[in-house]
Amino acid sequence: MQKKMAYSFPDEVLEQVFSFIQSDKDRNAVSLVCKSWDEIERWCRRKVFIGNCYAVSPRMVIRRFPEVRSIKLKGKPHFADFNLVPDGWGGYVLPWIAEMAGAYPWLEEIRLKRMVVTDESLELIAKSFKNFKVLVLFSCEGFSTDGLAAIAASCKNLRELDLRESEVDDLSGHWLAHFPETCTSLVSLNISCLRSDEVSFSALERLVGRCPNLRSLRLNRAVTLDKIANILRRAPQLVDFGTGYYAAELQPDVFSNLAGAFSSCKELKSLSGFWDVVPAYLPALYSICPRLTSLNLSYATIQSPDLIKLVSHCPRLQRLLVLDYVEDSGLEELASSCKDLQELRVFPSDPFGAEPNVSLTEQGLVAVSLGCPKLRSVLYFCRRMSNAALVTIAQNRPNLTRFRLCIIEPKTPDYLTLEPLDVGFGAIVEHCKDLRRLSLSGLLTDHVFEYSGTYGKKLEMLSVAFAGDSDLGLHHVLSGCESLRKLEIRDCPFGDKALLANAAKLETMRSLWMSSCAVSFGACKLLGQKMPKLNVEVIDETEPPDSRPESCPVDKLYIYRSVAGPRFDMPPFVWTMGEAVRILH
Amino acid sequence: MENSVAYEKATELRLGLPGIDEPAVLSSVKNNKRPLHDEKSGENGKSAQNETAPPSKAQIVGWPPVQSYRKNNFQQAKKSESECGGIYVKVSMDGAPYLRKIDLKVYKGYPELLQVLENMFKFTIGEYSEREGYKGSDYEPTYEDKDGDWMLVGDVPWEMFITSCKRLRIMKGSEARGLSCSGV
Repeated sequence: MQKKMAYSFPDEVLEQVFSFIQSDKDRNAVSLVCKSWDEIERWCRRKVFIGNCYAVSPRMVIRRFPEVRSIKLKGKPHFADFNLVPDGWGGYVLPWIAEMAGAYPWLEEIRLKRMVVTDESLELIAKSFKNFKVLVLFSCEGFSTDGLAAIAASCKNLRELDLRESEVDDLSGHWLAHFPETCTSLVSLNISCLRSDEVSFSALERLVGRCPNLRSLRLNRAVTLDKIANILRRAPQLVDFGTGYYAAELQPDVFSNLAGAFSSCKELKSLSGFWDVVPAYLPALYSICPRLTSLNLSYATIQSPDLIKLVSHCPRLQRLLVLDYVEDSGLEELASSCKDLQELRVFPSDPFGAEPNVSLTEQGLVAVSLGCPKLRSVLYFCRRMSNAALVTIAQNRPNLTRFRLCIIEPKTPDYLTLEPLDVGFGAIVEHCKDLRRLSLSGLLTDHVFEYSGTYGKKLEMLSVAFAGDSDLGLHHVLSGCESLRKLEIRDCPFGDKALLANAAKLETMRSLWMSSCAVSFGACKLLGQKMPKLNVEVIDETEPPDSRPESCPVDKLYIYRSVAGPRFDMPPFVWTMGEAVRILH
Repeated sequence: MENSVAYEKATELRLGLPGIDEPAVLSSVKNNKRPLHDEKSGENGKSAQNETAPPSKAQIVGWPPVQSYRKNNFQQAKKSESECGGIYVKVSMDGAPYLRKIDLKVYKGYPELLQVLENMFKFTIGEYSEREGYKGSDYEPTYEDKDGDWMLVGDVPWEMFITSCKRLRIMKGSEARGLSCSGV
């Protein structure tokens, strides 16, 4: 009689209950309860996130989840952003589109990051999915405006087209005109990465004008300042806006027109773009500044006094991206004006210069850590740091969840004591108990890794460069950081011992990247042989790794867990280590 | 043995600060993703040019970790700090069905320009030398100057080039050979 109770819920009821469960983690937990829940759950899973496109094959995903409407895929490892992953390494989306075209005719959303997307893929998307709504291409490459034209022309219900930070072969601005006059469904359009000087402005204006639900619009550089007012007047409901050029000769009528257009946007909360800023036009923003929660000035080459003036008008700011022109003085102003600040990113204006060109030091970050109680996420490029400052920051802001510090010159010690910065970063991991992401820099010994392993229990992603003394450093991290998912290392003296001793750990992580370290080819082969659920990829553009003795270190190593086995789309300079397949190439 | 010394040097890991002792093995002033066989030609080309002095220390690939997207976009922004109005020239390549346009003001010298052209049209330029022009590839970058003459890219100092260049043409095959022999 008790057994019957367990089966008394009809499947439809369970399905309804499961539909309230959105997070992937929870969904995965549901599917582990029992076989029947797994079966029901997989038929009603609508959203799938695949953090590494090579961890699983399209067929496997389709087999398990036959009714997916939304998919998110990531391709290349993060260090590809800094040109460490050679061109042609992989991350092609076409095989996925080809399989999904047949299996998921009702697919609505595709979100891709760091993948190679061709015009052929875009054309296939355009003709395969009748109800296609959302296309996000984040840091992708390989396609041109011809592919975009296909999307624009065919997707009748397109809501989102977001090309953020992608590299697009910009053949002509006329692709915009391919949006039919009947298309009124756009909610979000981000074309900020397009470099073409000829964007069909009239097509853009008409498109914006006929989409009453447009909430987010990010223009590219080609759109000049005088045109902004026209666009804004057609879309006063915008919540997020990215300007094009924000520079022109100061003309009173252009200024007042612009100021008027901005002030008519009562919902506007987020601004970005601002290439080539003329400071005299910044006051045109003052009417919306009090409502702004997000401001991206990271391309704006404006100096500290102008930045200070602008920021002091934005008391509700939660997110600020800015160049180091802001200087310590600007950050001190930020600390006193913006008490809601949660995220700060300070980028270098002259990263390759030998000497500092601005007065931005650790003081600015200390000031913000003291003045902004809600600060959670930091990305900071600077040229000097001290343990004392890091300890202060850690004590002020134990609520930090992301801390990425880049001291520009590798192996820079504490500028006051000339010691390594182990103690400072140690304080960060110790005090910030919810720290999920950490990037280390400066002079660091194995100690910093000992602290990270001991305290960094929630750490999910760790980036390391020019640090450590020995394998012990790597061992501390792999054995201590229980939540570690992604580890990326470059130019550190970490070798075989730590890696082989912690081989099992690698199956619990998404991926490990090591370049210019001391891992031997022999160790890579051994790892590939012993761990069939890992793909161990050796990347070397100069010569095949087996043309040298096995004890020689490999140039680049990328290890990731996979249930799909080794891939077959590798270029000539990538080798997968393995048992059954030997050295696949 | 000399062989093993040279071999060890080639596989030695550079962990010291860049620019001290020897240049880093992975040093590169460029931020592109070209396959290795081009690196040599690029570096030789660079030293053969007589415009700007090489940087005072070797740059490390991918450091500081600024996204290439950000680097590319920022360069474009920086250009207008000094002057407004770029020097836009059309670029054609024999055999390609489309023209491109670039702003010469954005680039600091020949190596950067050549690298951009290679990326744009997906081809490789050979090694440059004053005497023999570009060797090792079927393509040669040429330009039309103010006097209407077709010149080989790289023969004159950079500053002179950007003020006199009216348009660029990447020539292919025998036509290109003829031009290189008549270099100054």
